[in-house]
Amino acid sequence: MTDTTTQVRMTAATRLYLYVSLSLVAALVLVPLVTTALGGFKSLGDLRTSPFGLPSDWVWSNYTDILFGERYWRQMANSLFIAVMTVFLTVVASAMAAFTFAHVRFFGSGHLMNYFLIGLMFPVATAILPLFIRIRDLGLLDSYWGVILPQVAFGLGMSILLFRNYFRNLPEELFQAAFVDGCGYIRFFWYVSLPLSRPIVATVSIVTFVNSWNSYILPLIMLNTETKYPWPLGIMVYRGEFGTEWQLVLAFITLTILPTVIVFFLAQKHIIAGLTAGAVKS
Amino acid sequence: MTDMTAAAVATQGVTGPKVRYKSPTARGRLPVLVLFLPPALLLFTLFVILPMGEAAWYSLYRWNGYGTPTEFVGIRNFTVLFNNGAFSQALINNGLIIVISLLLQIPLAIWLATMLAHKIAGVVAFRLIFFLPYVLADVAAGLIWRFVYDGDYGLFAAIAGFFGVATPYVLADRDLAIYAVLAVIVWKYFGFHMMLFIAGLQAVDKSVLEAAEIDGATGWQKFRYVTLPLLGSTVRLSVFFAIIGSLQLFDLIMPLTGGGPSNSTQTMVTFLYTYGVTRMQVGLGSAVGVVLFVICITLAFGYKRIFMRHD
Repeated sequence: MTDTTTQVRMTAATRLYLYVSLSLVAALVLVPLVTTALGGFKSLGDLRTSPFGLPSDWVWSNYTDILFGERYWRQMANSLFIAVMTVFLTVVASAMAAFTFAHVRFFGSGHLMNYFLIGLMFPVATAILPLFIRIRDLGLLDSYWGVILPQVAFGLGMSILLFRNYFRNLPEELFQAAFVDGCGYIRFFWYVSLPLSRPIVATVSIVTFVNSWNSYILPLIMLNTETKYPWPLGIMVYRGEFGTEWQLVLAFITLTILPTVIVFFLAQKHIIAGLTAGAVKS
Repeated sequence: MTDMTAAAVATQGVTGPKVRYKSPTARGRLPVLVLFLPPALLLFTLFVILPMGEAAWYSLYRWNGYGTPTEFVGIRNFTVLFNNGAFSQALINNGLIIVISLLLQIPLAIWLATMLAHKIAGVVAFRLIFFLPYVLADVAAGLIWRFVYDGDYGLFAAIAGFFGVATPYVLADRDLAIYAVLAVIVWKYFGFHMMLFIAGLQAVDKSVLEAAEIDGATGWQKFRYVTLPLLGSTVRLSVFFAIIGSLQLFDLIMPLTGGGPSNSTQTMVTFLYTYGVTRMQVGLGSAVGVVLFVICITLAFGYKRIFMRHD
């Protein structure tokens, strides 16, 4: 029965094994990221001779040229605008629809809910060509809305499901009390459901925002003016332009993923919960 | 990233709303329906359902996207597709990604999750680091690894130089490129699967493990005969995500190889993009969409019915 002691206090060997294995995997994750960030400080020759090491000369201009240029900020602004509008419209449209599914009894409610759930089953890519033609015929090609509206539409299935499940789990007494007091559906939605739904609004917003911020295929197909490009498209153009001048490309990559990394470390709890548990529990 | 949307199907599935209580009478039922339903309904119909239906329709035509489709070709687009070497390669690659996920990614995720279940200092930091690649955009991850694999400036060049061997240009080698891509996929997504398993492990009843311990089970036996069987539902969920992720893989491939060299790293979606979108072959591209759709639907219903019955 020596096991009880090992359970409470690990042997040094186990501890060593754990730390060595974990550190090894952590290194595999971090080395590409750190060398990318450091590479942005190097000259091309330096990069060629020692991609791993610290820069022999810290070339700040790689970064500052990008930061003082207009291109980087414009791409960030484009991505931000598209993501914020997508989140806003997704939350509004799905919360309202989900409310009717959760609280209003009407003919065909179940079928309509299932109709929205079809959207969970296939990715945007399956319908990308007809979607392109539709956006073109609507005259929305090469506009932000040509990206935002399909993104909202494809996010609806998941968001409605999350909202509906959450609304249905609110205490029923609230609903009855409000109605006895003569409160209508719309007021109930606005004054009771929504204020109580902050956690689920946060989950839906995080998932939608991250998806939109990182999205590539929709803007790639819908936009063709470079000034409108969100950053994943912009970064590919940048790479195409500067080809093998890797030090500039690396600096650009670092700056574009920097907001994600910072926000991730600041709000890690919410983001991890939003992206995993939130999605799974739905 | 959109593989999250599929999660809901995996866990929730298509169920009709259950009316939990007798609806108290409230005024204004019609206004709320008229105001609240149309925005979502309109957007969803216009940009999800109709395009999907149109894909099925267009797939029977040869069409360049202008005017209306008139040149009806029946199922020729599908026969062309299945006789196309690049598309077969894409199907094989999609399969390979799933296999790698089963053999490498999920065991790795379980291994890390069990290690992080120990109460040691730094657990939170490790968890954050492992999850980090998952939050990065696929495009950024792809470009970073393009640099890592670069034979002239990248890390591979330095490693090869260190060992004094000729620099491999892995992404330009049609036999090696797909394995290089697979490595990036594992690097990018293992953290997500690890999180699933961490959540799964937390749900494992500690008293069962204690009972096994009292019966004299070793660490490995406890894992093999107690923990692993209890993680069954998480494994099935994880596999489901891996399959969905494989089917829509595109963003990561484009910056790495763009499907090349000579189509050796195509996936279904990069094939759709290369042959359907850039060449405006609407019929052929839509046919790929239909194949993808059929696979997704079959999976959503089939996988759930067969493997996730009891979850």
